Amino acid sequence: MGQVVKIEKAVMDKAAGMAPGGAANDSTISAPPAVKPRRKLAWTPARIGVYGFLIVAALFFLLPLYVMLVTSVKPMEEIRLGTLFALPVHATLEPWLQAWQSACTGLECDGIRGGFWNSVAIVVPSTVLSIAIGAVNGYALSFWRPRGAGLLFAILMMGAFIPVQVMVYPLVRVLAAVNLFSSLPGIVLIHTIFGMPVMTLLFRNYYAALPMELFKAARIDGGGFWRIFLQLMLPMSTPVIVVAVIMQVTGIWNDFLLGLVFAGSEHLPMTVQLNNIINTTTGERLYNVNMAATILTSLVPLALYFISGRWFVRGIASGAVKG
Amino acid sequence: MSNVAIRNLQIQLGGNKVIESLNLDVKAGEFVVLLGPSGCGKSTLLHSIAGLIDTTSGQIEIGGKDMTWADPKDRGIALVFQSYALYPTMNVEANMSFGLRINGTPKAEIARRVTRASDMLQLGPLLKRKPANLSGGQRQRVAIGRAIVREADVMLFDEPLSNLDAKLRTELRRELKQLHKQLGATMIYVTHDQVEAMTLAQRMAVMKGGVVQQFDTPANIYNEPANLFVATFLGSPGMNLFKGRLEQEGARTLFRNEHLSVDVTNYPFKQAPAGKQECVLGVRPEDIDIGNCDGADNAVCASVSLVEAMGAHRVLWLDFHGTQVAGIVQDQQQVETEQELRFSIRTKRVSLFDGASEQRL
Repeated sequence: MGQVVKIEKAVMDKAAGMAPGGAANDSTISAPPAVKPRRKLAWTPARIGVYGFLIVAALFFLLPLYVMLVTSVKPMEEIRLGTLFALPVHATLEPWLQAWQSACTGLECDGIRGGFWNSVAIVVPSTVLSIAIGAVNGYALSFWRPRGAGLLFAILMMGAFIPVQVMVYPLVRVLAAVNLFSSLPGIVLIHTIFGMPVMTLLFRNYYAALPMELFKAARIDGGGFWRIFLQLMLPMSTPVIVVAVIMQVTGIWNDFLLGLVFAGSEHLPMTVQLNNIINTTTGERLYNVNMAATILTSLVPLALYFISGRWFVRGIASGAVKG
Repeated sequence: MSNVAIRNLQIQLGGNKVIESLNLDVKAGEFVVLLGPSGCGKSTLLHSIAGLIDTTSGQIEIGGKDMTWADPKDRGIALVFQSYALYPTMNVEANMSFGLRINGTPKAEIARRVTRASDMLQLGPLLKRKPANLSGGQRQRVAIGRAIVREADVMLFDEPLSNLDAKLRTELRRELKQLHKQLGATMIYVTHDQVEAMTLAQRMAVMKGGVVQQFDTPANIYNEPANLFVATFLGSPGMNLFKGRLEQEGARTLFRNEHLSVDVTNYPFKQAPAGKQECVLGVRPEDIDIGNCDGADNAVCASVSLVEAMGAHRVLWLDFHGTQVAGIVQDQQQVETEQELRFSIRTKRVSLFDGASEQRL
């Protein structure tokens, strides 16, 4: 690649017969071939078998979702017929409205919308806080290596492997002692603490893979702890932040136990409300409403995967880290 | 411009002594190269001058001030890394100005320095590009530019050219030499490449095992290596070595072994040799004259085992009683392997080393 080389005028070697490269000549990236030759698909028996198996497996896993969707738009008369897989004859969105605003959770009949906003109020600060703390921890552990960093990391990791259930009761006592039990800050604190070990591990591993020279160069340039973190490391962390957001949002949104124990009746998350709706029966069981409420509850993580899925892959594939 | 003085420096990494009691004086404005095989502690030494590695004991003075425990940014140094270490999320301009923005340099001054550096290195058209869109040579230029804008008194280079291909390396090497003339800053340059070291250095320090073996001008180190390690590390191929002993014959001093006898009476001994002494004779390949084996006296003959064509010259490897002796010939005379050739040693340019201590006699 002759044009890559740029020669200083003073030492330019005329004999080399090379034109001094202008900006346009310097590009090292050659355009990809316009038309990519496609490989012909041959329908061998093996390929048919593989596709057949994959399609059957996909249908099998989609079956419950299909039943839920179909049931949620059927009126109760059609459900009573017991034709589980049949498409609705008189499709209606009434159950969805009911699930959102008037289904009964215990004595109150305000639907699941309250739980939705409670969950949002829990998920947003918990996700932001746990990722922020995890990122700073990971950064400090991989670059600044404070005395006893190894021990600290080991203790943090222990936190990731001890089952949550073991710690519930002691935490109830601790939070009660500091007047945070049954409150929004309380449940946010709990999620932040439980998210910290895995977030720290995630960010530490990501930063450990970055070249140490980058950090050293920033040190020589005079960067301090926060400056290097905020201006250098954080902008490079997009891929791992996307991963962290997916992990934390789905994890905290889907949480049931911690929300039930620590949130208090004012801030019960959507999952707990959903459970209450399904367990509350007045007369007959409203399967269509239950199904609609369940789909509504799972909509947020589902949407997150659909939206971030491309980002996720792009972040990893682009190799944005390489200098 | 600042001088750099290192006094009794000791560095331990993870319990291993990497550098033990090292002294080095770099004059202000000097271009000094630290040369040695990998693992000899040269990069460790450089990073400790930069303040990136803590010293275990000893002192580092920069510009007459004790900087042993100063923060890297306060030492008045700039460092260029082998891996460039450019900030991937910033464009070339932001990469170069990062340090200046941190210490709150006025915008006009930042612009002036960036323009000056980019003019020197011809980075003008690339200022808005991200490092990922630059070639290896351009990236290293940016890394050098980042060091220049700091206008540091001491510039440190950690094998800056090792990741480039051979052609680019020679070009950037010349540019670096020009840059040193232009800037006049003190430069300390680490490399394992002896050609880089010989061409760039005003003085060079050859290191091994955390110890400076010799610190002198490239010519002196090449012509008068201080010990066997330096003798064999420099030169391509390295020095030919013959084991033997010194003997006195009347007024003459002779180097002798069972196949060879060389008159070294005029050799500038540091101490006059006493009696019989085990020693090693070192001869550079270019100081071996090769001719036809015609049976004249004093002629030593050996058969050619390998011919390496290097373009301008050829290296002939002669099998001399089991030892391989390299000689350089400039002419184009036809040489076959297995051919018997006569070789003689230019006695004025030999080196003698003590057999036991391996130090130059």
